[in-house]
Amino acid sequence: MDDKKGKGVSRRDFLKRVGAGSVGAAVISKGLLDAPGADAYPTEAVEPAKGRSIVSLKVNGKAYRIEVQHRQTLAEVLRDELGLTGTRIGCDRGECGACTVIIDGRNMYSCSQLAVWMSGKEILTVEGLAKGDKLDPIQQAFIDHDGPQCGFCTSGQIMSGKALLLRNPSPSEAQARRALSGNLCRCGNYNREVEAVLAAAKAR
Amino acid sequence: MKTFENVDVKSVKEAVGLLQKFAGEKKNAAVVGGGSEYLQLMKVRVATPDYIVNLKTIPGLNYIKEDAGGFRIGALTTLAELEEHKGVQEKLLFLSQAAGEAASPQIRNAGTVAGNLCQRPFCWYFRSASHVCLRKGGEICYSVAGDNRYHAIIGGGPSYIVHPSDLAPALVALDAKIKIAGPAGEKTIPLEKFFVTPQVNARRENILGPADIVTEIQVPAPKTGSKGFYYKARERQAWDHAIVSVATVVQSGSGAVRDARVVLGGVAPIPWRVPKAEEFLRGKAIDDAAAQKAAEIALDGARPMKDNVYKIDLAKNLVRQALVASV
Repeated sequence: MDDKKGKGVSRRDFLKRVGAGSVGAAVISKGLLDAPGADAYPTEAVEPAKGRSIVSLKVNGKAYRIEVQHRQTLAEVLRDELGLTGTRIGCDRGECGACTVIIDGRNMYSCSQLAVWMSGKEILTVEGLAKGDKLDPIQQAFIDHDGPQCGFCTSGQIMSGKALLLRNPSPSEAQARRALSGNLCRCGNYNREVEAVLAAAKAR
Repeated sequence: MKTFENVDVKSVKEAVGLLQKFAGEKKNAAVVGGGSEYLQLMKVRVATPDYIVNLKTIPGLNYIKEDAGGFRIGALTTLAELEEHKGVQEKLLFLSQAAGEAASPQIRNAGTVAGNLCQRPFCWYFRSASHVCLRKGGEICYSVAGDNRYHAIIGGGPSYIVHPSDLAPALVALDAKIKIAGPAGEKTIPLEKFFVTPQVNARRENILGPADIVTEIQVPAPKTGSKGFYYKARERQAWDHAIVSVATVVQSGSGAVRDARVVLGGVAPIPWRVPKAEEFLRGKAIDDAAAQKAAEIALDGARPMKDNVYKIDLAKNLVRQALVASV
């Protein structure tokens, strides 16, 4: 994500403003979201309509205050509102795992959580792993061990692997395999993905 | 998903009151715990509630407490927390395993114990918005003439769904109780009585009324000399419902069975306890022949449909294996 484009109006932000067409949506420009005082949501804002709320999200250590529709899933809000498109939507029914993110230290399907339930939770997405230009060991291990083939499931696989390593820094192969069992890989590259998780454990 | 309003509640009382109010106003409201299962029904518009009552914001409903009498498990305890609980692993390993057999890691991290017991069926006709089946207020159960490879072989009719829970057979085998809060106050009943067959109500899987919520599961301490097992057969090694599962608890003493529970999952619209097999085992020393006979008795009366005859042998073998392992 390029966070420095907040000054102008990007194509994404422009479409968002035009498309959403509500008072709430108009304040969701990158400039406001990324500003240090983002918590100061304008108090003169119109009362959110039925089925909408303003929620405070903490994603990758950054605080966002944003109006969401109650029917929006966390995956949709991450991608469509916050521009964090590293989280993929595959099946959108809690089966494939492409949308996996870490919520309060546990990996979950972001397609199966409503964004409105996320107030006060710490959310970690694949964008939050690298420290500046330095990749997280698990990202590096996925590169070194050819974890991605087509790549669509990769961010989900990485987040499930990361969640495992957060709780269990030196897992057995069976534990790694089980930890990735909620993430489908259509390329069938499971052995390399498990290998990458085990290599990341050793790299720490 | 259709537009709806999410309401975060702060107490069980508030939740019940709100549900009562919605029911009185004839509004379509639903209760959500982990949400993993119910959101999928909403996405395919099988469920189209106007209001969602979010129970996760109720403090103090997520706990596992252990005392001399056994375990008390709060409704919002996740499947992962139940699986990982040291006391449960030590005293009731097979309950921990049953929790760990459910769904996938991501769902076990979000899904709750109460939610697992209150899942709607995973019948493909029920989950299809284009099939207005018996369970959704329609006229027929499409599985009867359709593809019924995963449907009920026992206890079915007029609807042939199977109960999808992994925890339910294990908890019924443990004589667990369930605590329900509703407009008339709280009540605690045997979990076995929580589930209803389609003959009683073809549209619901349990006795919960529109303003009732599950608050706690109580599991008695295991009796001396008892062993429990949960065996699950499925098509994939991961993230799959049971085609057939079996939970057994056998209490032995002086070389013979004192008491037994045999409960089948994946074969009937409710967790299917077979008292006749339990009765047969009482006083016997379990060997291969006795286990085989008990398995035959457990499946006595099964009436499979055209695509699910295979479930009978599968169920018999699982029962036999679990019983043989118990001695």
